Amino acid sequence: MSSHSAPQPRSPMAPPQSFLWSRRIFLSLLTVFVVLPVFVMVSSSLKPLQDVSGKFQWIPSGLTIRPYFDIWETVPLADYFLNSLIVAGSATVLSVVIAVFAAYAVSRYEFRGKRVFTVTVLSTQMFPGILFLLPLFLIYVNIGNATGIALFGSRAGLILTYLTFSLPFSIWMLIGYFDSVPRDLDEAAKVDGCGPLGALFRVIVPAAIPGIVAVAVYAFMTAWGEVLFASVMTNESTRTLAVGLQGYSTQNDVYWNQIMAASLVVSVPVVAGFLLLQRYLVTGLTAGAVK
Amino acid sequence: MTTTAAPDHTGARTAPKDNPGAAPRKRRSGRLRRISLPYLLLLPAVLLELLVHLVPMIIGIVVSFRELTQFYLRDWTTAPWAGLDNYALAVDFDAPVGQALLKSFVTTCIFTVASVALCWFIGTAAAIFMQENFRGRGFLRTLFLVPYALPVYAAVITWAFMFQRDNGLVNHVIHDQLGLTDSPPFWLIGENSFITLLVVAVWKGWPFAFLIMMAGLQNIPREIYEAAALDGAGVWQQIRRITLPSLRPVNQVLVLVLFLWTFNDFNTPFVLFGKSAPESADLISIHIYQSSFQTWNFGTGSAMSVLLLLFLLVVTGLYLLFTSRGRKATDV
Repeated sequence: MSSHSAPQPRSPMAPPQSFLWSRRIFLSLLTVFVVLPVFVMVSSSLKPLQDVSGKFQWIPSGLTIRPYFDIWETVPLADYFLNSLIVAGSATVLSVVIAVFAAYAVSRYEFRGKRVFTVTVLSTQMFPGILFLLPLFLIYVNIGNATGIALFGSRAGLILTYLTFSLPFSIWMLIGYFDSVPRDLDEAAKVDGCGPLGALFRVIVPAAIPGIVAVAVYAFMTAWGEVLFASVMTNESTRTLAVGLQGYSTQNDVYWNQIMAASLVVSVPVVAGFLLLQRYLVTGLTAGAVK
Repeated sequence: MTTTAAPDHTGARTAPKDNPGAAPRKRRSGRLRRISLPYLLLLPAVLLELLVHLVPMIIGIVVSFRELTQFYLRDWTTAPWAGLDNYALAVDFDAPVGQALLKSFVTTCIFTVASVALCWFIGTAAAIFMQENFRGRGFLRTLFLVPYALPVYAAVITWAFMFQRDNGLVNHVIHDQLGLTDSPPFWLIGENSFITLLVVAVWKGWPFAFLIMMAGLQNIPREIYEAAALDGAGVWQQIRRITLPSLRPVNQVLVLVLFLWTFNDFNTPFVLFGKSAPESADLISIHIYQSSFQTWNFGTGSAMSVLLLLFLLVVTGLYLLFTSRGRKATDV
């Protein structure tokens, strides 16, 4: 809020020079630190191969967009992309729908076990992934052997896993958004003959669209960037970008310009989405800690 | 998922809504429906959390008492019981397995303390410096969120490129341009890899601290600063006397979350170093991963995971106990 209004001095006195200079120096150094990898990623992706295989060069000997085309041949990037899109997309849609129902229940109803539910769900977020990686692997393998439903190595297994990763935070964020929709609105809708679900989808969901979009972006980012489970739960044909690119980058002879191009391509959608919606996301992400 | 919900659901719905002679029944089924509705809404979320988080955790505990090797993978229930053997193996610090685990644990502790401290310091300092409006503040704020928004692997792969010995930016600067070293050092193997890991983890982690602190600062009422300024307190004094104490409740949550995330970090070392991390950067998650999936000895791996869980629970419990002392229980 304060960022939109005119400059508001914190105190009637102007800050002293020592403060202003500390601020200038600190923020400049921090900016260099933050920007450096981004600079390397962008500039290297436009360099010819000899520039990235020899000594590092600040100024490229020439600019080329070839890496952006070659990388699709070097690694099956299109396959990785498709797998990541399917997995992250499905996990996002399912996670948002399930979170909307759960958040509606918590926000609008009183029931026994409500507090237990919210606390338990949130605390699962805090446990290390390695803890349930081994057992989940066993469960998926055994479900596959017993029923023939292939969860291990399949996209379905990964979708199922990822959607639960983003679920706790999504529910938490949506409870906040739903709470901010005035209760009178859905009470009025119920008086007009809407059922509980009618009130949810006709009144609350439309009013909380920014929050739902923010949750969707968060869920997509979570699934898009996950490495640990993808490295165990996928095979050749279901490999996601995270595992595919990681695997290629740790080989011996790496075409760094191509992999920087690939990294940039896979980053742009999520970074753009995050930055465009940062206001909504930040509100949701920080609400839990600050309140 | 939905099949389990079906009987309950239809039961509530087919209740005789418009049956004129059944007023009491109608009211009761209405109440039943009202009571069961929130549970139905929660059901998918609860089932999924059970399947992916809670049930595996219980199975993990059971498996940690079994001798589960690759021969029993097809059906883990046939693996023989091992009693406390897995735990004995994990904490026998004279034997290679226990020794490696202890070393990894110590490394993880040092890494976590250093990383959390740096993330906290940078995030807090940046937030305080950016509390007041100045030209370019909005732009910087957005820029500082980029490390947080980038997919982990894309960012870490870029750092891996920068830390390459022969063609990376880091060695170019410190060796070729500044001449600080006799020969270009290795950053992704050997002793230096701890520093590498720390730099990347801090780069990735501090924006979260910054975000939380920015939000925390907005809750401090302006009038306090104005009153302090009238009393003659300078900016530095205001930061020390007003800003930092006011941030204490936010700090409590932030430090805990940073601690848990850093301690359990798998992605950064995995993408940076590949499947086997160098000893000096062998974090506990990657250590357990490696000892489970390279030897296929899931029993020992599970025992290590359970020990990790116990450690985290104890630390979290003690932390909350100490930091909440003197504060109202409702604040936690």
